[in-house]
Amino acid sequence: MQLILESLFNGLAIGSVLLIAALGLAIVFGLMGVINLAHGELMMLGAYSTYVTQLIFKLPALKPFYNSYIIVSLLVAFLVSSIVGILLEKSIIRRLYGNPLETLLATWGVSLILQQFVRSVPLAYGSGFIITVFTGLIVPLIIPEHLISNKSKRYIKSGIWSISVLIGILTANYLSTTISKLGRASARNVDVTAPAWMRGGIDILGITFPVTRLVIIVITIIAVISVTVFLNRSVWGMRIRAVTQNRSMSECLGISSEKVDILTFGIGSGLAGIAGVAVSLLGSVGPNVGSSYIVGCFMVVVLGGVGNLLGTIIASFSIGIMTDLIGAGRLLTIWPEMPSSLASTVNFFATTSMARVLIFALIVAFLQFRPAGLFPQKGRMVEG
Amino acid sequence: MSIAKRLFLGLSSVALGTSLTACGGSNQESTCLDCDDEITVGILHSLSGTMAISESTLVDTEKMAIEEINAAGGVEVAGKKYEIKYIVEDGASDWPTFAEKSKKLIDQDKVPVVFGGWTSASRKAMLPVYESKDAFLYYPIQYEAQECSRNIFYTGATPNQQSEPATEFMYKRSPAAGKPFFLVGSDYVFPRTSNTITKEQLKSLGGNVVGEDYLPLGNTEVAPIISKIKKALPNGGVIINTLNGDQNVAFFKQIQDVGITPSNGYYVMSYSIAEEEISTIGPEFLKGHYGAWNYMMSIDTSASKKFAQSFKKRWGNDRVVADPQESAYNMVYLWKAAVEKAGTFEDNAVRKALVGVKFDAPQGPVEVMPNHHLSQTVRIGQITSNGQFNILESSNGPIKPQAWNQFEPTSKGFACDWTNSRKGERYRL
Repeated sequence: MQLILESLFNGLAIGSVLLIAALGLAIVFGLMGVINLAHGELMMLGAYSTYVTQLIFKLPALKPFYNSYIIVSLLVAFLVSSIVGILLEKSIIRRLYGNPLETLLATWGVSLILQQFVRSVPLAYGSGFIITVFTGLIVPLIIPEHLISNKSKRYIKSGIWSISVLIGILTANYLSTTISKLGRASARNVDVTAPAWMRGGIDILGITFPVTRLVIIVITIIAVISVTVFLNRSVWGMRIRAVTQNRSMSECLGISSEKVDILTFGIGSGLAGIAGVAVSLLGSVGPNVGSSYIVGCFMVVVLGGVGNLLGTIIASFSIGIMTDLIGAGRLLTIWPEMPSSLASTVNFFATTSMARVLIFALIVAFLQFRPAGLFPQKGRMVEG
Repeated sequence: MSIAKRLFLGLSSVALGTSLTACGGSNQESTCLDCDDEITVGILHSLSGTMAISESTLVDTEKMAIEEINAAGGVEVAGKKYEIKYIVEDGASDWPTFAEKSKKLIDQDKVPVVFGGWTSASRKAMLPVYESKDAFLYYPIQYEAQECSRNIFYTGATPNQQSEPATEFMYKRSPAAGKPFFLVGSDYVFPRTSNTITKEQLKSLGGNVVGEDYLPLGNTEVAPIISKIKKALPNGGVIINTLNGDQNVAFFKQIQDVGITPSNGYYVMSYSIAEEEISTIGPEFLKGHYGAWNYMMSIDTSASKKFAQSFKKRWGNDRVVADPQESAYNMVYLWKAAVEKAGTFEDNAVRKALVGVKFDAPQGPVEVMPNHHLSQTVRIGQITSNGQFNILESSNGPIKPQAWNQFEPTSKGFACDWTNSRKGERYRL
């Protein structure tokens, strides 16, 4: 019982990291059909925003709230990644809809640019840039519509942008002077330290459950529930699903597919940012943190069936449980009187490297029988 | 809209421009005023990609050593004073690139020496280039040995100068003495070779290895390994850790959460964690665990303090120095001593002169041995809460390097000697 519980928890823990990382991709790749190789780098940006938020919460004014910085960083990471995602969609991906190969190459290029960007640009300037874009995009939404007459529209817009740039430069300067770690570019990996309450473990029934893993599981559950509710219950969610199923028909019915694209991509990217927060709690934060997850993410989405959230969920948890069962050599503990011929095979695969090989092989074999994954999407896909 | 766009682009490019100049502004080169001539050397490390984090610290140290030598009057060869200039090439964390850039430095720039490399993979990629062109590479990192090239000078530790004393310490004198061992590493040549040696050594000591696992490079999911450790070592023990870079962070953060800590009887001995890595991972996760190096920043001698201070003065007060940097610093000075002894920059003469050269390094005296490795002092330290090592033991004087390991059955009984033309790369003792 204890063994099964422990195995289940470990599988759940590994699976939830995969799931939170793949959730954004399931939306971008699954619903829009965009192969976004920069997804890992959007995660990386989320992880770096956690780091920046952490440093800001170490300032004297915010020090009393330090223990709760992780909650704020979830919001910050979501915003940062979705802003970059939206810029990416508006500037590059939009021009490449329907050309999967070009999208793949372009987003791979973007991922390299983003990696080198965090290496060679101080984080303070990066934050300044994000704040500039954020204010520039948000302020026009706040100003009442009637104030912007057609004639002065141009001037108001350029005015807003120049004010945003000013705010951005001021923030960048403030951050780089007050927090020296943000003022210098560095290729070094940085560390996000979980607040004291998140360190250590809880003992239940003789098993230690690490709090960090529990927090990640909770974040994943909340993210999955909110995405499901959003897609199924809200007006915009319905529009997204409509565009996914039939783009031209939805356009005929008056849905702005352009807005839907931006929104979908923004949400998908924002979820990558949240995954970045989770990942930063487990390991270090560096320019390459995202690229180590991207293959796993695609694997989960493809195995689950493109365009199906339930499939993604089941796929990531089954990969998680299998990784734990095979990689930790738990099969032998569960079934000690296994025939010796089988036991030696199991032992051979009971290392982390070989477990990965075996799981990849099993997925490839599975996809031979069900090429569309666990839950194939029925009906028409994006771009017919 | 278009005005706004242009304004925005213009301002952001201004912001980017200032940030870039801010990065490049701090470089200042001290020059040798009374030098007669110049000599250009090559520096080849990764400045981009995964390894840039580590290797850029070596470039910083090598530049500092060169500037120090220039400020002190340059290199004096055959009565003429030479100012050292350098060409820095980027290996880009890509092993074939290291070979390609080596060719460029040797053929096109005609440098007499190249200081370079970090990973064993990059060294293995460069080795054929230096052997075929009969050029000379100085390699500064502690490594798995089982190699002894005529064209490479290794200033890092060999296993008998790092992992072997460390294993012996953990088995005999640590708080977990006599307890079983578990070996964890990244899945590539250094950890696998190093762990083979550790297993052989423990066999001869009578120790017990209860498990071994390797994490594929680029994978940071350590949960299965942690469950294995808990299963294999229910009552504490020694964990020998040869994980690489980021994987260490994930490992140490997560073992603490499940109670694999020194207070519960689990002690980790790491071979790739120096002061630089401690500050990245965070001393709160590493406190009480062990490390083994030739140089540790906490060495309380004036040479060590001077080295740390001049590095901080040159590159910033929050920087730290660690063993790989000290090794890189030594090799520049050893090269200077060798060319001055040889009286020429010509490779064969320098190679001959190099053996027997002594240097008062920050770690203490070192000497070049006939097998192109250094005799060095070994230190075992426990990590403290301020991110430094508390040195528990240091070897009684420098230990001679063994290029061919004496625990590993395939290389047992072999040695390397380049001063004797009949012995060479590998001969039976």
